Amino acid sequence: MATRIFGSGIKRREDPRLITGKARYTDDFQMAGMVHMVVVRSPHAHARITSIDTSAARGAPGVVAVFTGHDLKLGAIPCAWLVPGSDLKVPAHPALATETVRYVGDGVAMIIATDRYLAQDAADLVQVTYEVLPAVVNPETSTKEGSPQLFPEIANNVAFHWVASSGDDGVNQAFAEAEVVVKERIVQQRLLPTAMEPRAVLAQWDKYAEELTVYSTTQNPHIARFILSGVTGVPEHKLRVIAPEVGGGFGSKIPVYADEALAAWASMKLGVPVKWAETRSENYQVTIHGRDHVEYVEMAATKEGKVTAIRGTVYAGLGAYISTAAPGVPTILHGLMYSGAYAIPHIRAETFGVLTNTTPVDAYRGAGRPEATFLVERLMDRLAHTLNMDPVALRRKNLIPPFENGYTVAIGLTYDSGNYEAALAKALGMFDYEGFRREQAAARQQGRYLGIGVTTYSECCGLGPSQVAGAVGFQGGLWESAIVRFSPAGKVQALIGASPHGQGEETTFAQIIADELGVPVDDVEIAHGDTNRSPMGWGSYGSRTTPVGGAALVTAARKIKEKARAMAAHLLEAATEDIEYGDGKFFVRGAPDRFKSIQEAALMATLAWNLPAGMEPGMEASAFYDPPNFVYPFGTHIAVVEVNPATGQVDLQRYIAVDDCGPQINPMIVEGQIHGGLVQGIGQVLCEGVVYDDQGQLLTGTMMDYAMPRADMFPTFEIESTVTPSPHHPIGVKGVGETGAIASTPTVYNAVIDALQPFGIEQMEMPLTAPRVWKAIQDARAKGGQ
Amino acid sequence: MKVTVTVNGTRYEREVESRMLLVHFLREELGLTGTNIGCDTSQCGACTVHMDGKSVKSCAVLAVQADGREVTTIEGLAQDGTLHPLQAAFWEKHGLQCGYCTPGMIMAGSAFLRDHPHPTDEEIRHGLEGNICRCTGYQNIVAAMKSAAENM
Repeated sequence: MATRIFGSGIKRREDPRLITGKARYTDDFQMAGMVHMVVVRSPHAHARITSIDTSAARGAPGVVAVFTGHDLKLGAIPCAWLVPGSDLKVPAHPALATETVRYVGDGVAMIIATDRYLAQDAADLVQVTYEVLPAVVNPETSTKEGSPQLFPEIANNVAFHWVASSGDDGVNQAFAEAEVVVKERIVQQRLLPTAMEPRAVLAQWDKYAEELTVYSTTQNPHIARFILSGVTGVPEHKLRVIAPEVGGGFGSKIPVYADEALAAWASMKLGVPVKWAETRSENYQVTIHGRDHVEYVEMAATKEGKVTAIRGTVYAGLGAYISTAAPGVPTILHGLMYSGAYAIPHIRAETFGVLTNTTPVDAYRGAGRPEATFLVERLMDRLAHTLNMDPVALRRKNLIPPFENGYTVAIGLTYDSGNYEAALAKALGMFDYEGFRREQAAARQQGRYLGIGVTTYSECCGLGPSQVAGAVGFQGGLWESAIVRFSPAGKVQALIGASPHGQGEETTFAQIIADELGVPVDDVEIAHGDTNRSPMGWGSYGSRTTPVGGAALVTAARKIKEKARAMAAHLLEAATEDIEYGDGKFFVRGAPDRFKSIQEAALMATLAWNLPAGMEPGMEASAFYDPPNFVYPFGTHIAVVEVNPATGQVDLQRYIAVDDCGPQINPMIVEGQIHGGLVQGIGQVLCEGVVYDDQGQLLTGTMMDYAMPRADMFPTFEIESTVTPSPHHPIGVKGVGETGAIASTPTVYNAVIDALQPFGIEQMEMPLTAPRVWKAIQDARAKGGQ
Repeated sequence: MKVTVTVNGTRYEREVESRMLLVHFLREELGLTGTNIGCDTSQCGACTVHMDGKSVKSCAVLAVQADGREVTTIEGLAQDGTLHPLQAAFWEKHGLQCGYCTPGMIMAGSAFLRDHPHPTDEEIRHGLEGNICRCTGYQNIVAAMKSAAENM
């Protein structure tokens, strides 16, 4: 048997085009006759449009057309996750506002011009008069009586109210009888996903064939086609969506936005290709934001530190309209994860989905699970502090014991497999915890403030069984499909429905195929990202490409292999059951010199000169894979920080991550995913945060104002793993795209709070910037802290 | 205005508007789309190219300012089909994921390494402050820089 390529950190095949400038992103495409679209956007967070005068813009150089919402023939931009039992009300979201604008960036007109500079010039000439209305930006405030109302039909701006509970009586009783209760108000600040490639679209209407082609920066071309078909009225079979090279997404390229629909409509109207590419400032105004929770959470426990219950009420900001997946994020993907990695008998999660005069909020890396993990881990540290217990010992006392095939938590999810203690032990093995505590105590004597944060987490990804998708109101399936085929000369092409955009599945999926079929990895091509070429799939998000799409691929490959076995048996004049397989060859049992390679079998099936009775020609198989459950990666993260009390500066000194995503197809790529997630999660703690003023002006509207994590903020991360296969996945793998972002935020946050214990500081709002930490220390000192 | 710019060894003469940014000149006039645009405030560094051997953010340079100068973009970094050591190191060390920041990162990094042939991790991290990556967490970019320094 040749060495398996599964598990090998081979170099990515995506990279040669990316490191030489040959990759083609959406904005790189030019077409004959192509024109440029610029959207005129509201400068006010909430206002009535009293007039729009486009005459000056129409006469400007290079302008082809100017349209307002009154000109459009487009459906509303839909929401595709209609969470049931929540009294969800989805307000109409027109592609261009005609009467009322509801956030800074809401589109009011569009310019089409021959050149992007001229289009921008003309946009500045559109005269819009507004009657400015009061605005609301905070999701908690927004629900109060007397707050500005975004839509008359949605009382107090509450678009939905969702509750999940293990049983309210049990929860209430657990809190009533608790020996200890700890509480916290947590603000999960808004974040900007900031995929490095801003969004872009190039729409081309073929007036002869009456077909629409849309190049789009999307994570899910098939969903984009589905939605754009509904919005534009172009039938699905006449609508092709191409996701060329896509420069990151992190959730922000899941939704279908007004801009895609506008470019498509304009191309149909004008009969020329229309390109729109957002600027970064525009991206910060109109591409979805993440998080935005105000949470009231509490945990009940015994004096010995056994957690008996957890509950929370969350005001989740949705922004001014309800984006594609927005209702599912702070509910299904958040409230159902309050158990974390712990056995907690009573759980209740309540979420108010709240409209505010801000940019819509939707799934951003981790999507609901970082917020859940943060609140659980925050309460754990607070409980440890209250009980004067070691936070690691407290976690150990509550971890779910190892399980290989299913553990059902009180709120109803069944985790697939876990060995949390093993990951914790491995992480602690990389770190002298007791020694650190001594060093911390000694440092405090010298006026130095060291802190440690330890997180033991489990998360839920690989979205997910379609039956569950339907039950929770997701307006689509959550299976994936793959087609695997041999060409006559023995090369393998695999077409997948999912749509990687930086995660490296062109490489890892080729590794899967190479092992399944015993062919050289370089003979395998993975194709994706074109609805006319790739089979149906629901896209790349929720760490699902490998857990779901990878399983479809394996299933298709195994079908091919069985056909090849039957073909080989026929050629070898042996019974199929007497054929053994090894290293890409089928041979007769007991006669290893009598064999046919899988390529020979494929060739003969393709030539079809001599097929076994009943066999169809060709060597191709397709598979649709609907997973039986989510997958649940887990692990332990440890952070060490030092806080400078004179400046408030937080210095992240060490970061250890032990994650378990099951068997790793390519450990190099797994580590890369974790590195990136860590920096996003730590960015939330240390520097990132959207700021609106109370009139709804976006103050962090450019990269100059929004603090992105930079290389010099981080130490070298220390990465290790444990391997606990998923029992239900054909090759045991779990997702790893989000673990870093899920676990790192509470880890670093708790480390800072631990460092500041001598000051009696119990919490601060993120981001923990130097001025904020410095002020907290000053305030604590004024109150008599150290 | 008429400009004459040598890009990746080829001389180009073009009539451009005086306000045209160098990055748009490269991408739209010359079709060199390897140089990407990631922001509009010169923070992200995705558009970094070399002008007369120095790294510049091409969104902060006007095309007319490049008149008479030599520009190298990511498309011109490999010589005779051989990757620049930093390109090879990015590939080897998994220094990229979505690849969008990568051309700018490699152009900035290669200029940095010319000035700092034996950098420490800390110097590399400071040296790349002007380039933002959202995918990699920077760790493997640092590793690629170190590895390239050893091979240059």
